[in-house]
Amino acid sequence: MSRRQFWLWRLISVGAALAALLGANALIISLRSTGWLDDYTYRVIMLCGINILLAVSLNLINGITGQFSIGHAGFQGVGAYTSAAFTVFVVSPWMRERGLQGTPTGDSALLIAGIIAGAVCASLAGLFVGIPSLRLRGDYLAIATLGFGEIIRVTILNIEQVGGARGFYGIPLLTTFFWLYLAVIVLLALSRNLLVSTQGLAFLAVRDDEIAAEAVGVYSTRIKVIAFVTGACFAGIAGALYAHFDGYLNPDNFRLDQSIIILTMVVLGGQGSITGSVLSAVLLTAVLEWLRFLPTITVGGRAFSPSELRMVFFSLMLILLMLWRQTGLLGRREFGWHVVRQYWRLLRT
Amino acid sequence: MEVYLQQLINGVQYGSIYALIAVGYTMVYGVLRLINFAHGDIYMLGAFVAYYVVTGLALHQHPSVGNFLFVLIVSMAVCALAGVLIERLAYRPIRNAPRLTALITAIGVSLLLENGGIVVFGADPKYIPTVLQSSVAPRGGLYISEGQVIMLAASVLFMLILRFIVMSTRFGRAVRAISYDIDAARLMGIDVDRAITLTFALGSALAGAAGMMVATFTSVKITPLFGLLPGVKAFVAAVLGGIGNIPGAVLGGILMGIIEAFVGGSALTTYRDAIAFMILIIVLLLRPGGILGKAVVEKV
Repeated sequence: MSRRQFWLWRLISVGAALAALLGANALIISLRSTGWLDDYTYRVIMLCGINILLAVSLNLINGITGQFSIGHAGFQGVGAYTSAAFTVFVVSPWMRERGLQGTPTGDSALLIAGIIAGAVCASLAGLFVGIPSLRLRGDYLAIATLGFGEIIRVTILNIEQVGGARGFYGIPLLTTFFWLYLAVIVLLALSRNLLVSTQGLAFLAVRDDEIAAEAVGVYSTRIKVIAFVTGACFAGIAGALYAHFDGYLNPDNFRLDQSIIILTMVVLGGQGSITGSVLSAVLLTAVLEWLRFLPTITVGGRAFSPSELRMVFFSLMLILLMLWRQTGLLGRREFGWHVVRQYWRLLRT
Repeated sequence: MEVYLQQLINGVQYGSIYALIAVGYTMVYGVLRLINFAHGDIYMLGAFVAYYVVTGLALHQHPSVGNFLFVLIVSMAVCALAGVLIERLAYRPIRNAPRLTALITAIGVSLLLENGGIVVFGADPKYIPTVLQSSVAPRGGLYISEGQVIMLAASVLFMLILRFIVMSTRFGRAVRAISYDIDAARLMGIDVDRAITLTFALGSALAGAAGMMVATFTSVKITPLFGLLPGVKAFVAAVLGGIGNIPGAVLGGILMGIIEAFVGGSALTTYRDAIAFMILIIVLLLRPGGILGKAVVEKV
């Protein structure tokens, strides 16, 4: 492919993605205004987007670079809290003085400012966590990230200005379908391009054999820190979007449970498969919501709503996946046009 | 001065509990190179078994040493059985899989015990009525309860028994051989599966004893999640002492208890739960082998 063809294709794919996003956005807005799409379904769609961001960004660390982080909720928490604090305490008063608040442009600017603040702080947290702990390997790294996630949560709990244990109320509701899924598209494009580029080979080499990668000149610590910071950055963006979607934050939202839920999404989709993470993030979000509608079960004289059983469900799934299908749904394969083309060819013959 | 001495005593007492749990982590790590995340939940299970035995048989109406020992032994036995079952059902099938697979499984088992516990035991906190009278008497300005003395004495006794088992029995020799080289041990005719099963039983029984004693002698409320933090802290203690090293686990546990007692008594008391992780990260960075362990270089 010549250089010109390459840029032409790039332009076409970016344009197509943006057109699809704008089309979907218009569709969602019109469906909501006509009442076809109720608030609940809309909420599920938005949660899917946030979970896609979280799962794919963790996959960048766990699946593609072969590290093992179980503190992802900590980065999400940093992003959520810093962005919310930034919009509530810094940008909002500034905009109010100038009468910019409430206008669509003002709201978008406010959200973008919040996202940038969250992304920057989460990246810094990723850097801060990454540089010391990436000298560790395997299970030690896992424990260290667990520890950092917990330290972040305890620290948030001790900051009175953002509500401490009571939670952070009154965050402006700014997240829209467009901005959320724009972030999803950017992350997916970034991860996909990483996987097909020469740079990406270094990440895969570190995953497959760190010592061999070092021997052929890959500076593995640098690669790991890049993966960690990028993953943390997008977890922070997901946190920022979540904060401005829900309007309320609580340190309990970012406990180890949340990290494990994200981890389960990555493991179920297949560690190293981006499309697998997307698929399982959507699937698990939908299943979790679906659990709410099941009738209550009575066990030993006590009644349980199925959503109380959701962590039991997650833990069982993790164990069974490890026992029977360690590769997850897709393994390291990707789902894309090449799969469609392959099946099309099969159908024709 | 007396304040510090009091904190030191409380620290040693908590530390002895951490040491009992940490020994289980370190033994399992020694033989399988697996961080058994579910170990803290075995400790929780020990407390709940004690709760159900005491309230079910109404043992608290006649507090006596015999009743205390009975509850202790039942808790230890049930926990040993649970540990063996977990090993058989979850860890044995993936023993030869990559280590991260084992780690994810262990996290899954831990979550299953916690959330299964919420389903079975209920999420509401429970208190155990005491089975052994324990009074707090000021002695020279210090408050030491009889329960604290019993916990410390029992921990020391368990450690001595453990030391005897590990150093002077066939089983102990098998465990030491496996932790040195599992394949060579198998070639020498050691029944590896049996030794691993026994390791899990022993470690889980000690965690169960710790859970039972904490629930009986302290006013802590027991919930299905109450094993999580002590479990992680005991793991940190094992790493601090040098993972895979039994005296190291005891030393790390005691140190951990003392550090926590002093942080808990200082102005930083709200950060008490974070201090363990800070210790962990400092140890991993400065001396990954722990105090008594030796650094291992990864070979190609």
